[in-house]
Amino acid sequence: MTWAVFAQNLVNGLSLGSLYALVAIGYTMVYGILRLINFAHSNIFMLGAYMLFYADLMFRLPWWLSFVIAVIVTAIMGVIVERAAYRPLRQAPRISALISAIGVAYFIENLGLVVFGGRPKPFPVPAFFSKSYQLGSVYMANIAWVVPLLSGILLFGLMVLVYRTKVGLAMRAISHDMETSSLMSVDVDRIVAITFGVGSALAAAGGIMWGLKYPQINPLMGTVPGLKAFTAAVLGGIGSIPGAMIGGMLLGMLEIMLVASMPALSGFRDAFAFLVLIVILLARPSGLMGREYREKV
Amino acid sequence: MQIQHDPRRARLKLILTLLSLALSALAIWWANNNLSSYYLRILNLAGINAILAVSMNLIFGFTGLFSLGHAGFMAVGAYTCALLTLPMRSKQTIFLLAPLAWPFNAVTLPPFPAVLLAGLAAAVMAYLIGLPVLRLRGDYLGIATLGFAEIIRVVANNIPTITNGALGLKGIPSFANNLWWTWGWAAATVWVTSRLVNSVYGRSLLAVKEDEVAAEIMGVNLTYHKILSYVIGSAFAGVGGALMGSLVTAINPKTFGFMLTFNILIIVVAGGLGSITGSVITSVIYTVLLEALRPIESGWSIGPLHVPEIPGLRMVVFALVLLVIILFYQRGLFGGREFTWDGVLDWIDRKRNRKQEVAG
Amino acid sequence: MRRISACVALIVVAMLTVLAGGLSAQVEPIRIGVYEPMTGAMAAGGQMTWEGILLAHEMTPEVLGRPIRLFLADNKSDPVESANAVAKLIDQDKVIAIIGSYGSSNSMAGGDVAEKAGIPMITDSATNPLVTEGKDYMFRACFIDPFQGEVMAKYAYGEGIRKVAILIDVAQDYSVGLANYFEATFKQLTGDARSVVAKVAYNTGDQDFSAQLTQVINSGAEALFVPGYFGDMALVAKQLRALGSKILLMGGDAIDAPELVIIGGEAAEGIVFSTFYSAEAPATPEAQKFVDAFKAKYGKTPNANGALGYDTYNILVDAIRRAGSDDPKAIRDALANTVDFPAVTGSTTIDESGNATKDAVLLRVEDGKFRYLTTIKP
Repeated sequence: MTWAVFAQNLVNGLSLGSLYALVAIGYTMVYGILRLINFAHSNIFMLGAYMLFYADLMFRLPWWLSFVIAVIVTAIMGVIVERAAYRPLRQAPRISALISAIGVAYFIENLGLVVFGGRPKPFPVPAFFSKSYQLGSVYMANIAWVVPLLSGILLFGLMVLVYRTKVGLAMRAISHDMETSSLMSVDVDRIVAITFGVGSALAAAGGIMWGLKYPQINPLMGTVPGLKAFTAAVLGGIGSIPGAMIGGMLLGMLEIMLVASMPALSGFRDAFAFLVLIVILLARPSGLMGREYREKV
Repeated sequence: MQIQHDPRRARLKLILTLLSLALSALAIWWANNNLSSYYLRILNLAGINAILAVSMNLIFGFTGLFSLGHAGFMAVGAYTCALLTLPMRSKQTIFLLAPLAWPFNAVTLPPFPAVLLAGLAAAVMAYLIGLPVLRLRGDYLGIATLGFAEIIRVVANNIPTITNGALGLKGIPSFANNLWWTWGWAAATVWVTSRLVNSVYGRSLLAVKEDEVAAEIMGVNLTYHKILSYVIGSAFAGVGGALMGSLVTAINPKTFGFMLTFNILIIVVAGGLGSITGSVITSVIYTVLLEALRPIESGWSIGPLHVPEIPGLRMVVFALVLLVIILFYQRGLFGGREFTWDGVLDWIDRKRNRKQEVAG
Repeated sequence: MRRISACVALIVVAMLTVLAGGLSAQVEPIRIGVYEPMTGAMAAGGQMTWEGILLAHEMTPEVLGRPIRLFLADNKSDPVESANAVAKLIDQDKVIAIIGSYGSSNSMAGGDVAEKAGIPMITDSATNPLVTEGKDYMFRACFIDPFQGEVMAKYAYGEGIRKVAILIDVAQDYSVGLANYFEATFKQLTGDARSVVAKVAYNTGDQDFSAQLTQVINSGAEALFVPGYFGDMALVAKQLRALGSKILLMGGDAIDAPELVIIGGEAAEGIVFSTFYSAEAPATPEAQKFVDAFKAKYGKTPNANGALGYDTYNILVDAIRRAGSDDPKAIRDALANTVDFPAVTGSTTIDESGNATKDAVLLRVEDGKFRYLTTIKP
């Protein structure tokens, strides 16, 4: 691989990895607080992209306004999902909540197929994003740096929220011990709802940016990125926000670099991603940044 | 736990068991001869789902190993059985991308040994995967086993000399479109699982599920028991996959995606973790419900209310039914309860006692 | 209390189901079954095919003086469900012929059930050669993989191209089949086993092809063949052009959809692909009639699947007319003897193995429209 090719792949990997990271954080936030694999997260991701599509199509709003509206509407949907399908199960076995999440995922996916139709729709992309430049021998579209930048800003905002505000403190407290926190007058329901809202907003942003980069959307668009992002979250140590970021970047970079260095094995790409995950888990059973599993005896 | 030492009751239970076996056999014989091929197909599928659900329940419900690798073991079983039973002529005509590799191009087996070998192949695979992975816990184990299943599927796409790649296999002999096969294997799965669960091993499995550290201190060999449960459960997953391949007669790697595992997980949890009865009955409910909901989407009217044809509505309603079940039966339809003759007899006794009390 | 309301909810669903089933009393219609993926991974294809079938039914609602009644069963993009759906159509709905299904894996599972029941089945878009192989009651209205692979290889060779790359969706039989025959034909034409300079793969659902395309660009290929669906192709075109490459892009009939240009935009310019007919410039009166009717009903340009769904219905109805009865065996024989049926997707003849032979047309994207290049005989 020459330097130019390597640099090109580095750009590609960074761009893909930051998207994975953005979606992975949604999984990790919910998991950190509720110990729930939010199976419907990838469907929320899809809804985000569709909300923008319809905001743009029906109301002909300026693009940035559509973006804001789509993110807010999707966040509200995430909160509704939590209220309807997860909150009643908070005292139930964890596995029941997972099944409920799968049910929600089925529901959104199939409703999407009925309402939106299965046929892929062209995603509205302002010309600015798809403009491509040549730097030396490396080609780069605006979207290639916008995605990591925007992801970076959103993640920074999230870090501020979690580590510098009262709400964030409450989130971390619940994540540590829900019962004790509720005794310390933390409004658990409210904080969990906020968590879902924030996680869903990030998923919506991820879905929209995914649409900007790969401008066709369909009701099943979340499946593959969702599975990859979840893998990334586990890779980084599920429950840990920096872990999700690192896991996402690592996975995106690995996927690109595998195909780049061993094109004959490109058909095995997805298998390779999981192999890396398993090897890392065997070496570090709680992922890269995960909390060590402490045994109570 | 109260252990019954009443010899009369033991004899009664034996008679009841034999009687119900005979009744089931009669029912299967009648169904095989009288039901339409559509109903038979649904019942066969329900039987296969029961095999898959009970085997997953053994791994997850009874041993507490959150494994999401069922689809992978089904793929191993389905391909093994298909390649062993496909007639020679098909093997020569359907491999368009690359010729079939040895030894499958040289042997053709009757269905029964082929299904056994399918189970064996899945068991070997489970052993190889389980040895390193079963050290992981909880959701990490889940995602690692899910990963292995996905690896199996991706590899199947990429080795055309064995799997015919994405073109898939077709013309698999359809011996499993027969209630004796499907429900026979389901009965075998239930029998093996319940024997295992109610044995000394079963107590150890339960101990592993409840508290690994305590179990180890009490002298339970963790690795051995986990692997034992995992291998047996996966072997039946392989058998289930083999039967499914034969029922459908055509398989390809896409069939064994991770959603298949989640569908079985739904059955297991909706039926109740740790309840074999729940898994079997819910398998039937699940399979029949999916078909029974079909008319919903073909448009209908009640009096003045006209609902137009909405293709896809069935799955929306199915998701809602699933949500309703899980929200209202948080521990599954059967909780952890089982159907046993003791339970039935106790219940009858109680009834009779109450009647006598009332009479007296 | 909660249990009771749960039970009530379930009972209501069950009652609606039963009620819905009991409402079907008509005057002796001809019953035709359709099984297509309306949900699941292939829903897009199934829904587009269904649009074509519905339109054809609207335009030809009768045959032999009896109304035609369509029975649709969703197969969830799943072979297991496909077999169930076909069994249901035959046993419950008593259909005498079946259309479907999009997705060869679905058609193979469904075809086996129909074959055993002696009900003729004609598939709209299952191109895998295995679908009709060894089956008496199974037919298809589309090309099979080998023909299209050859057509595109010959085109590339004719354009003076000697080094090609192929991007395959390894999880898609259509893609694997086309790539396989394209590669074999191209190597044979050039007489050079190294003329396929790069063969890279992806999996259904992948949307990032940048690493594969970087590889293609560095292999020095003069053209890239992508036997994938239109959504994939549009993304490939965008990403390939964003990486600065201007090599020729080629595809098969699966990219024949208006979305190729809408999504791909400028990047789609110059793509050459083989398909059945041109919706932009319909050559035959049948095609013109179909395109006009489709636009009037749905307000959009049809894609290849819509046209194939429409044709499949008409081929079947024509066979029923020629059979002169609703006897499945007679319909099967009539289908097998279909000669030069004037379909939208070209004059269609069914050969002895049940496959349709029809011309292919080559189209190129120019100024956001599909321009007709040439017609290739089988």
